[in-house]
Amino acid sequence: MASLDRVKVLVLGDSGVGKSSLVHLLCQNQVLGNPSWTVGCSVDVRVHDYKEGTPEEKTYYIELWDVGGSVGSASSVKSTRAVFYNSVNGIILVHDLTNKKSSQNLYRWSLEALNRDLVPTGVLVTNGDYDREQFADNQIPLLVIGTKLDQIHEGKRHEVLTRTAFLAEDFNAEEINLDCTNPRYLAAGSSNAVKLSRFFDKVIEKRYFLREDLVSKNCNLLPYSAPPFYP
Amino acid sequence: MTYIDNSIFFLLQILFFGFGWLFFMRQLFKDYEVRQYVVQVIFSVTFAFSCTMFELIIFEILKVLNSSSRYFHWKMNLCVILLILVFMVPFYIGYFIVSNIRLLHRQRLLFSCLLWLTFMYFFWKLGDPFPILSPKHGILSIEQLISRVGVIGVTLMALLSGFGAVNCPYTYMSYFLRNVTDADILALERRLLQTMDMIISKKKRMAMTRRTMFQKGEVHNKPSGFWGMIKSVTTSAPGSENLTLIQQEVDALEELSRQLFLETADLYATKERIEYSKTFKGKYFNFLGYFFSIYCVWKIFMATINIVFDRVGKTDPVTRGIEITVNYLGIQFDVKFWSQHISFILVGIIIVTSIRGLLITLTKFFYAISSSKSSNVIVLLLAQIMGMYFVSSVLLIRMSMPLEYRTIITEVLGELQFNFYHRWFDVIFLVSALSSILFLYLAHKQAPEKHMAP
Repeated sequence: MASLDRVKVLVLGDSGVGKSSLVHLLCQNQVLGNPSWTVGCSVDVRVHDYKEGTPEEKTYYIELWDVGGSVGSASSVKSTRAVFYNSVNGIILVHDLTNKKSSQNLYRWSLEALNRDLVPTGVLVTNGDYDREQFADNQIPLLVIGTKLDQIHEGKRHEVLTRTAFLAEDFNAEEINLDCTNPRYLAAGSSNAVKLSRFFDKVIEKRYFLREDLVSKNCNLLPYSAPPFYP
Repeated sequence: MTYIDNSIFFLLQILFFGFGWLFFMRQLFKDYEVRQYVVQVIFSVTFAFSCTMFELIIFEILKVLNSSSRYFHWKMNLCVILLILVFMVPFYIGYFIVSNIRLLHRQRLLFSCLLWLTFMYFFWKLGDPFPILSPKHGILSIEQLISRVGVIGVTLMALLSGFGAVNCPYTYMSYFLRNVTDADILALERRLLQTMDMIISKKKRMAMTRRTMFQKGEVHNKPSGFWGMIKSVTTSAPGSENLTLIQQEVDALEELSRQLFLETADLYATKERIEYSKTFKGKYFNFLGYFFSIYCVWKIFMATINIVFDRVGKTDPVTRGIEITVNYLGIQFDVKFWSQHISFILVGIIIVTSIRGLLITLTKFFYAISSSKSSNVIVLLLAQIMGMYFVSSVLLIRMSMPLEYRTIITEVLGELQFNFYHRWFDVIFLVSALSSILFLYLAHKQAPEKHMAP
């Protein structure tokens, strides 16, 4: 049972956006009844079928590491958090649709997590400002999830969703908008569930199937859509 | 003449309002979105009127502007501040608390009025056990309200003062810094990651068990409530029994991981402080720490003497200092001129440091306890605390000023028993300082044993 392969995915975002509820929903298919502050890091595991429905179907463990805290924490807390960012295979960025600041803080969150892991791919570390090119070179798959969709008025929905579409584009990532207290947003077969499944598949691919390519080529990496060189 | 005076006061109030607004936006609410502008307005208004009181004291010392217009503005300012602190802010606190509770959403106004009436009842009852008023005042006079606000504010000031007086040398002096090496931190991080791995392996088992149960069509019911637990003793699928057991182990491990995380953060913070203490600034603060520790001991000593011997200081430090220099050191100088300027500087320093100290403490508090739901309520609570704190500072600052400047405060605030407030301050200060010493001693003792692991 524990001999299945695993990948590690970070779940980052501001305090109070709903990361713990989201992780609980993803892993246990149930709504979290009593959310409370996450101190440190809480982990949960999801069993995922890679390439479901095809002959190459294989089951993997996806570890979701829900790191608590805020971007403005003291540097001692940031240094402690950094120990969780080792060997990350994917990042889920969570923001609150009702709170613009949480979306803006996602840039800082991603920089904090990626700066830890940049050595193998050779990307330069900038002075902390957001740089789109840095994200274009980034090898770690990202996914942007907006929570508390039910609390947005019908009238404002279009404006909010346009804004989040720009955000996801900046990260070169897919986006999902949902309400963590309602499992129907991730019901099997819905577009959200498909996007989620695709994201996890991408993470597993990057970890297990494109490794040889990463080692042999220096920095000119194949785009994701190119076929691998083995049958 | 009066037009110029009034316009100057008005301009300064706008300035303070703007400063409060900026502070709110940049510092307090920098991680949140302001959706209810009422909260920001109330906070800035409270801040503006509190600062105006201090400004009036300074004007009193420097004898700026017309004396009668100063008196008028004192009275007006005081009325407005009391109105805000006793009527507006508590009502809005009640309103926002009620808005958060979904059940009472319909009759928000009704319930917030009820909450406000409860607050008023307890606020009034607060005055009974204290000998703060002379009986000749009516029920609805300013003195009644001020005396009660003063009690709460003085208690707060003394608590913060006592803790600050002890904590300040403890943090500044490097004598108390525990020795932390990189190896300690690495060892703790390794333990943390090991614990996380153990949690992960257990969660993997749970996830797999749930999946097999789901595929077999069983359902895992968590035993909830009294009957649930009784039922689960007799009838339960082996799968779900396993799950509950593992869940308990996971809970214990998660608690351990949280503790390890906090300890590691603590070690990093100590390491940073050690590095800081080696710099020039750090050495300067270390020296200040020794100075402050002597000051703290002296203050505790004086507070004890005041209480034991039932003594009330009659003269303020400025006059006493001047007396000492004139009588004992034989230096002659123009007493009136210097007393005015020295008391201005002293009072100014006290005001600025207490405002700055309070704002910093409030910001730290806010970051520590607020969440996106409760941020409005907490900010309003902080505004209430800030207002009460500043009103009582005015009460107590009277002691630090020479006699001729005290009269305006005595006139404006009415006949309060000022001596009582000083005595009360001393008592609470002593209690707070001694309990802080005890608390810090225990915390300090406990820490090294945890980290110096073999």
